[in-house]
Amino acid sequence: MKLQSRHLLGLEGMSKEDITLILDTAASFKEILERPIKKVPPLQGKTIVNLFFESSTRTRISFELAERRLSADVVNFAASGSSVNKGETLKDTARNIEAMKIDMVVIRHSASGAPHFLTRVVKANVINAGDGAHEHPTQALLDMMTLREKHGSLEGLRICIVGDILHSRVALSNIYGLKTMGAEISVCGPATLIPRNIEDLGVRVYHRLEDIIPHVDALNVLRIQLERQKSGLFPSLREYHRYFGVTKEKVDRALKPITIMHPGPINRDVELSADLADGPHSVILEQVTNGEAIRMSVLYLLGTSN
Amino acid sequence: MKTKVLDADGLRRTVNRLSHEVVEKNKGVKDVVLVGIRTRGEFLAHRVAKKIAEIENMNVQVGILDITLYRDDLRGRLDQPELKSSEILFDIRGKVIVLIDDVLFTGRTIRSALNALMDLGRPSEIQLLVLVDRGHRELPIKADYVGKNVPTAREQKVQVAMTETDEEDAVYLVENDDKENGQ
Repeated sequence: MKLQSRHLLGLEGMSKEDITLILDTAASFKEILERPIKKVPPLQGKTIVNLFFESSTRTRISFELAERRLSADVVNFAASGSSVNKGETLKDTARNIEAMKIDMVVIRHSASGAPHFLTRVVKANVINAGDGAHEHPTQALLDMMTLREKHGSLEGLRICIVGDILHSRVALSNIYGLKTMGAEISVCGPATLIPRNIEDLGVRVYHRLEDIIPHVDALNVLRIQLERQKSGLFPSLREYHRYFGVTKEKVDRALKPITIMHPGPINRDVELSADLADGPHSVILEQVTNGEAIRMSVLYLLGTSN
Repeated sequence: MKTKVLDADGLRRTVNRLSHEVVEKNKGVKDVVLVGIRTRGEFLAHRVAKKIAEIENMNVQVGILDITLYRDDLRGRLDQPELKSSEILFDIRGKVIVLIDDVLFTGRTIRSALNALMDLGRPSEIQLLVLVDRGHRELPIKADYVGKNVPTAREQKVQVAMTETDEEDAVYLVENDDKENGQ
């Protein structure tokens, strides 16, 4: 068994078999995280560079821990304090890194398609850790792993993604991956933050949480970027919270418990109320643990397939 | 061509003898735990545990070890081996581990297993139990308990069938033209 591609650029077009292989392998890696010695040798001698052109503490730490736990050598490259500030192009940065004999590159970039571009200029395996508003495949995979653990199967599972869908790579990757696995997806948010034609991806659009909550098994609540308020896409945080904030009161109207997910970091009592985030049906910290297992799985499958 | 070197009764008697040897060598089974290497080592471990329970009236703990991540041929294979998790739900510190596998050949699987076990803790001792020793070692590894020594040519294959996953209990020696697949 082997993944079809030697890169992980996105979940669009990825087969059900490949997604299942990543999720199953991650479940095996999760056992290693429970051990006293959380380190195994399969990537010994491989060098991985984490190329983060956009700041992200959590994702980078999660990748770095996963890499170290597989015994890889790790180099971190952050845009600030690098020659990017001196005007070096992505292509030159990539070529320089390649000249240093790197085996795998994990890249986060504000431009959609940056990881795809990288695969054309370097020989290393490329993993997309988030590109613009395009895809964030490992986040969607960890969401799927968490949902599968909690609900047994993704087939027929009903999930609503709530919030800023327009700017969200998490939403897009989740939609591609979950649709492939046979889940039913809806999105809910202010009209200004829902992309036009999103129905073409086979999702249903709602503008009132009350309309969709009774019909879902899980809510994936996205982070509201506070700076979007300035651009006039929604009037105020208070108003956003009143209409689209996921609260206990709204969720309790459903007849059965709803699984609460959030990719973090949470704006407490803006998009998600604190009591739900810490409540019995929240799997938010489980997502963090699964994120490490998923990243180990992807790194292992790509790094040992040559 | 396939030659049967051990039939169902032979396999049963061999497992019984091996179980007695484990008890004898360790003067009982206090602090003894069994760890089977996936897949057939796991089945053997459970059979040995069952027999020991009969002999000594004491249950020994059984763990399952997956050595995939410790293989020295992980890279360069055309097909990636499927990764499964290890299930060793007890502390191995200070324990006498009887490591169990079906066939001892080059010794590379056992080398991987030893490294994997060391990463789980510090046992007081590790002993090796195999159903078949077919020779052709590439590493300095020797079994403490051997069910049957089967002299083989390198290109031959030893096939162990166990009812947990196969139709019967038996060990076969298989002539193999494809040298890559020798086991």
